[in-house]
Amino acid sequence: MPRVLRELGTVEGRLLFVIILMFVGLSLSTDSFLTLANLTSLLNNNAVNLIWAVGLLVVLIAGGIDISFAVAASVVQYLAVYVFGLMGGGNWFLGFVVCGVIGIGLGLINAVLIHGFRVISIVITIATFNAFFGLLMFFSSGRSVYLLPDWWTDRIFIFEHQSASGVWSELNLAVGVMVACVLVTWILIRFTNLGRQLYAFGDNPEAARRAGVNIALMQALAFGWMGMMAGIGGLMQVNIVKEVVPNALYGRELEVLAAVVLGGARLGGGRGSILGCILGVMFVAITQNGLNLLGISPFAFNMIIGAAILIAISSSNLSFDIRPSRRAVLQEAAK
Amino acid sequence: MQSSAQDAGTPYVLQMFSVSKTFGGVRALDDVSFEVREGEVHCLAGENGCGKSTLIKIVTGVYTPEPSADIKCFGQSIRSMSPKQSRAMGIAVIWQDLALFPHMSVAENIAFDQMVGNLPRFVRVGSRLDQVKSILDRLGVQLDLDAPLNTLPIAQRQIVAIARALMGDARLIFMDEPNASLTQSETDHLLEIVRNLSAQGVAVVFVSHRLAEVLEISSRVTVLRDGKMVGVFPTEGMTQARLTELMTGASLQQTVAARDRSAAKPVLAVENLTRHGEFENISFTIRAGEILGLTGLIGSGRTELAHSLIGMTKPDQGAIYLQGRQIKPQSIRQAIDLGIAYVSEDRLSLGLIQPQSISDNSSISVLKSLLNQIGLLSPDKQGQMVRHWINELSIKIGDPDDAVSTLSGGNQQRVVLAKWLATEPQLLILDSPTVGVDVGARAGIFRIIRHLAENGLAILLISDEVTEVLFNSDRILHMNGGRIVNEYDPRQTSVDALEVQIYA
Repeated sequence: MPRVLRELGTVEGRLLFVIILMFVGLSLSTDSFLTLANLTSLLNNNAVNLIWAVGLLVVLIAGGIDISFAVAASVVQYLAVYVFGLMGGGNWFLGFVVCGVIGIGLGLINAVLIHGFRVISIVITIATFNAFFGLLMFFSSGRSVYLLPDWWTDRIFIFEHQSASGVWSELNLAVGVMVACVLVTWILIRFTNLGRQLYAFGDNPEAARRAGVNIALMQALAFGWMGMMAGIGGLMQVNIVKEVVPNALYGRELEVLAAVVLGGARLGGGRGSILGCILGVMFVAITQNGLNLLGISPFAFNMIIGAAILIAISSSNLSFDIRPSRRAVLQEAAK
Repeated sequence: MQSSAQDAGTPYVLQMFSVSKTFGGVRALDDVSFEVREGEVHCLAGENGCGKSTLIKIVTGVYTPEPSADIKCFGQSIRSMSPKQSRAMGIAVIWQDLALFPHMSVAENIAFDQMVGNLPRFVRVGSRLDQVKSILDRLGVQLDLDAPLNTLPIAQRQIVAIARALMGDARLIFMDEPNASLTQSETDHLLEIVRNLSAQGVAVVFVSHRLAEVLEISSRVTVLRDGKMVGVFPTEGMTQARLTELMTGASLQQTVAARDRSAAKPVLAVENLTRHGEFENISFTIRAGEILGLTGLIGSGRTELAHSLIGMTKPDQGAIYLQGRQIKPQSIRQAIDLGIAYVSEDRLSLGLIQPQSISDNSSISVLKSLLNQIGLLSPDKQGQMVRHWINELSIKIGDPDDAVSTLSGGNQQRVVLAKWLATEPQLLILDSPTVGVDVGARAGIFRIIRHLAENGLAILLISDEVTEVLFNSDRILHMNGGRIVNEYDPRQTSVDALEVQIYA
C-alpha cells in the first residue's frame, strides 16, 4: 500500500483535512480570523495546553491515563511560590528547575502507586486528583497569590510586530517553551530506545515484559514526563495570568485529554503521535476561536468538542478502514 | 522427512540432565533429560500440564531448576540462566500468543529486541532495515515492512515472530503450539520455513498438539507425561496412534463409529443454498441423532455456510428447513430461539468470557429462562442448571464460581458446550471443536458428542482434521471452492484415502 494512502487514512491525515477546511472557512467568513494579531493570540492562549498535551500523550502511549496533571500544576505553582520565597526571589533558570522537579515528583507519586499496587492509572489518578486538590484548597484556604517575583510575571516577547494600522502582535515566552517541549518530547518518543519501548509497553505490556522491557522504568518515565510538563505548564501559566489561583486549572485536564484523543492517541496505549497531538490542540483552539469570532454562544463549544470526539472515534473504527474486507480475503484464498 | 542433523556426529546445542522443578509440593518436572542437536527439528510432546512449558521456562531462564540439574548449552556448562543470558546465547521462544506489538510496524516488531535497555540512546528509524530485509530473504518471504502488524493475518505474524528470533541470532528456537491457529496451507508454509532454518543449522523445537505435521517434519520426539520423561524416540516409523499412547499412557483405540441414520426424521434440510463468493448450491440433510462431518480446506466455504445457517449472514438464494418448516434466521438470537446452537472455531475468545465464572458463562445464553416471578435472575434456578450440565458433561472444576480462565482447554470446551446445550437446541453446529484441546481430552469431548447424538440431537461437525471427521461422523461431506464436491461413508473410506481427496 503506498505510503501516501496510508497517511490519508490515519486520524492525523483526516484531522489535518478538517483543520484546513476550518481555516479556510473562517478566513473567508470573518474579517478577524486570518490576522496576525488573532493567530498570535491563538498561539499564546494555547501554549500551555499543548505543553500539557505532549506530556499526556506520553502517558497515553504507555497505555495509561492521567486525570491529575492540571491540579498537579496548581500544586506546583503554590509550592514554587513557597520555594522562591525561601530562596529570596529566584530567576527563570531556577524557575524551570524547581517547577520541573516538583512536577516530576508529583508524577512519580502516580507512577509508584500505579506500579506498586498494580492498580490501573485512571483509578490512581482520580484519587491523586482529589488528594492534590483537597490538600491544595486546605493549605491555601482557597486564597490566591498575587505577590509574585517580578521575573515571573514580567512579559517576555519572543516576537513583536506592529502593523501599519498600529495593532501590536506578539508571541509570549510560553510559545517558545511550548516549541521546546514539543521538540524534546518528539525526540523522546520517536528517536530514542526509551520512546520505542514506551510504545511497545503500551501496545502489549506482557510481550514487552517478556522482551525484557523495564516496566517500572516505563511507568516512571511516562508519569514523570507528564509531571515535568505539568510543572513547566504551571510555570508558564503564571507568567501569562500573573496570579496563582488554586482552582484556576481545575477542569482543564478534560479539555487537554479531549484534544489528545482527537489527535489519534489510543486510550488503550501503543498509538499516538506528536503531529496528532498538535493537530488535536489546534482543532480545539480554532473551534473555540471560530465560535467567538462568529458570535456563537460559547456553550456550543463543549457540544462541538463532544460531537467531534464521537465522530473521530467512531469513524476510525468504521468506514475509513482501507484493509480488504474479510469476504475479499476469502475469495482470494479460494482461488 | 528426516533431517541429516540426526547424524551422531552433529554437536549438541543443548543438553539437560536430571532437571527437576517443584512448585508448592507439586513435582512439575521430575528428573527429565532433554537434548537437541544443531540444526535438528525436535518435537516436545505431551499433554497439557505434563511439564512442557516448565521445561521451556527453565531453558529460557524464567525458572531456576533444582540444584541436581546439569545443563550444557552450546558446549558451555551452566547452573541456571537469566532470560537475558538465554537470549544472548541464542535461545529464542516463540510463544503461542506470539508476544508481538500489534500497532507497531512489521520492521519495528522484528527489530524490537535491539531497542530494549534502560539507558537512553538514540535509535534511527529504519536503521536496521537492511538487516530485517536480509532475514526475511533468508526465510524466503516478503512482507510490507511499514505495515502495522495488526493488518497482517496470523500466519504472517508468526513469520514476523520467527524473523524477530533470528534478528537476535537465535540458534535454538522453541515454537509453542505454532500451528494451533493455522490452516493446513499456512502450516505447510511454516514447515517449509522450518526446514529452511534447519538446513541453515538453526535447531527448532516444536511444542505441539497437532501431531501429524510435527511427526512429518521432526527427526526425534521427546515425550513427557506428568512431569516425567517417557523417552526420546526417532519419528521414523512413529505413528500418531503410538505417540498418543505414549503421551496419555493409555491406548486410545480410534475406530469408525458411523451408524446408518437414514431412517430417522430429518432435522435440518438445506436446499440450493447460495451466498455469492462464499458458497454455491449447497443441499444436504441432517437427521435426528446423526453426526454429519463437514470437511474441506480453509476458504472452501465451510465456516461461511455455518454462518448463514445461524443468521450471521444472509444467503442470496436457497432455503433452510428446520423440522420441515422453512426458517430465515435474521440474527444469532433468532437462530438460538429456533433451536440452532453454534460453537465457534475461535471459542477461546468468542465463545467464553474468560474472567467470568463458569456458572455465569454456561448460563449466559439462557438467562431469560432463569428469571423468577418478578423478573430477576434466580440464583437457585441458575445453580440447578449449571450443576446439571457440569454433571452431564463431567466438567472437572473446583467451584462453579471460579473464572473460566482457570480451566484447561478441554474443560473450557465443555463449558462452551454446556452454554449451548442449555439452550436446548435441535441442531448443534461444532466448528473445529478440538482446536487447542489436547489429545486425551479430545476423546472425552467426542464421547460427549456421541452421547448427545444418541439422545437424538442432530450435529454438524466442521473440521479440517481428517481423523476427527472420519472417526466421529456418520456421514462426511467434502466442500471445495464453495461447493459440496463429494460425500463419503466413513465405513467405506480410510484416513489416507480421505487425505488424498482433500489435500490433493
